[in-house]
Amino acid sequence: MTVAEPATYDVTRIRKDFPILDRRMAGDLPLVYLDSANTSQKPTAVIDALDEHYRQHNANVARAMHQLGAEATGAFEDGRTKVADFIGANRREEVVFTKNASEALNLVARVLGDAGRVREGTDVVITEMEHHSNIVPWQLLTERTGANLRWFGITDEGRLDLDQLDELITERTAVVSLTWVSNMLGTVNPLETVIARAHEVGALVVVDASQAVPQLPVDVAALGADLVAFTGHKMVGPTGIGVLWGRYDLLAELPPFLGGGEMIETVTMERSTYAPPPSRFEAGTPPIAQAVGLGAAADYLAAIGMHNVAAHEREITAYALDSLQEIDGLTIIGPKDVDMRGGAVSFTLDGVHPHDVAQLLDSRGVAVRAGHHCAKPAHQRFGVQSTTRASFYLYTTTSDIDALVEALHHTKTYFGA
Amino acid sequence: MDVDTLYQEIILDHYKHPHGRGLREPFEAEVHHVNPTCGDEITLRVHLDDGRVADVSYDAVGCSISQASASVLNDLVIGRTVEDAMGLLDDFTELMQGRGQVEPDEDRLEDGIAFAGVAQFPARIKCALLSWMAWKDATAQALDSQEERTDA
Repeated sequence: MTVAEPATYDVTRIRKDFPILDRRMAGDLPLVYLDSANTSQKPTAVIDALDEHYRQHNANVARAMHQLGAEATGAFEDGRTKVADFIGANRREEVVFTKNASEALNLVARVLGDAGRVREGTDVVITEMEHHSNIVPWQLLTERTGANLRWFGITDEGRLDLDQLDELITERTAVVSLTWVSNMLGTVNPLETVIARAHEVGALVVVDASQAVPQLPVDVAALGADLVAFTGHKMVGPTGIGVLWGRYDLLAELPPFLGGGEMIETVTMERSTYAPPPSRFEAGTPPIAQAVGLGAAADYLAAIGMHNVAAHEREITAYALDSLQEIDGLTIIGPKDVDMRGGAVSFTLDGVHPHDVAQLLDSRGVAVRAGHHCAKPAHQRFGVQSTTRASFYLYTTTSDIDALVEALHHTKTYFGA
Repeated sequence: MDVDTLYQEIILDHYKHPHGRGLREPFEAEVHHVNPTCGDEITLRVHLDDGRVADVSYDAVGCSISQASASVLNDLVIGRTVEDAMGLLDDFTELMQGRGQVEPDEDRLEDGIAFAGVAQFPARIKCALLSWMAWKDATAQALDSQEERTDA
């Protein structure tokens, strides 16, 4: 990993790009936003792109024969090109726009079943640290097809337990689907090892990159996975748009997901034939303004440089891990070492429930998430019902972390813990 | 919004020293309710005797608001007729959904009035109502099972 020269990464300047960071919260307190793994804040460049699209270019895409239609179609497809470039896709047609990452993963699970890739007698392998959106679609698929669902466990340290790698991924395995960066533990998984084993036995690999694309340099062509899902709103883009990237030859083999407008080649009353990817998987009016906004988000991050974003994330995470561990009664759930780790830190505080922690932090202007973070099995693995999670991004400062620590001390005093 | 409005002393006392916690026999119905947005859980048993709430026993994991609410529920409904207790449930629900505009009746709701502040924190209303909804469900099931026995 290239470490940014301090002079090249100016967090104060970056913060000026995010108008919401100037908000004052109740009691005239400054906003300390530590919930970026939930959703990131948006820079002016993205807000302006959405605004300009609606003010100047709004029309439906691919079917309107007027000037605005051509402009909107051009802008929408530019968004696809920008996203493809940002993630290192070989072809722009490998980028399918969905509603969010959950829909992208559901799309994959549905069409792999319909294609007969996952069927009775085959295995689907996931992990215990997945977000519910990378568990439930596979449960639905295996229940529907009679395939077996198997999963990797988690070590005490919060790493993927690869001891059973060869026993879990076998000749029977049709698909391995796993997260790149855990939204709860912060763990960065060793994808190369899993991908190598999966491909050795002819299994497809699906990667949930929802927490990875926002904070790591990503090159899907080099990664070697077959399908990668992520969402726009966690990478400073708008809500309402997600991405499924897939190898073009694989996408071209797979049947459609939803039926409707724009995904067809031709329709008669008896049957239809389907458009090539990506249109095959994009039924109905797509998230047009959102694609424009996501393109602007990709440009924004690319201009800063994802190596710089990753280096900053690492620096802030290291600072947070050190600061939080100094608080008596605070236990971090997940790796305590910054290596192979993302910027989400989940923890418990003795004697205070996470909801109460979050409420007290909020009363100090500090926004975090409390609950199971849509990862109940991972919580169960560590014997906790819920945790408080602080998560960081390119605009997070060490003063934000200091404010968190101060507010946690206040919380302890308040609850007499 | 002042967080002290939410965390009244009464609530923190019930949280630290909950009344009637634990699962007990006998009971006619047991339910398990969860708050899916945050994962708070409660297992709750109801024992009815001659039209009265003879016992409400529970095992719960969750935040101070949900725990304190279960404790107050236990205080309020045990010993009352089912009809009277259902009336209390209505009063408590009205207070929770009243956006801070409902003046609670202390004679009726006793320590329950401390939850008036919760109504101003929309994200926490479900926490306060979790045990009450579980109690309502369990009581309805207990009444059903009594009817079945009477019918038989």
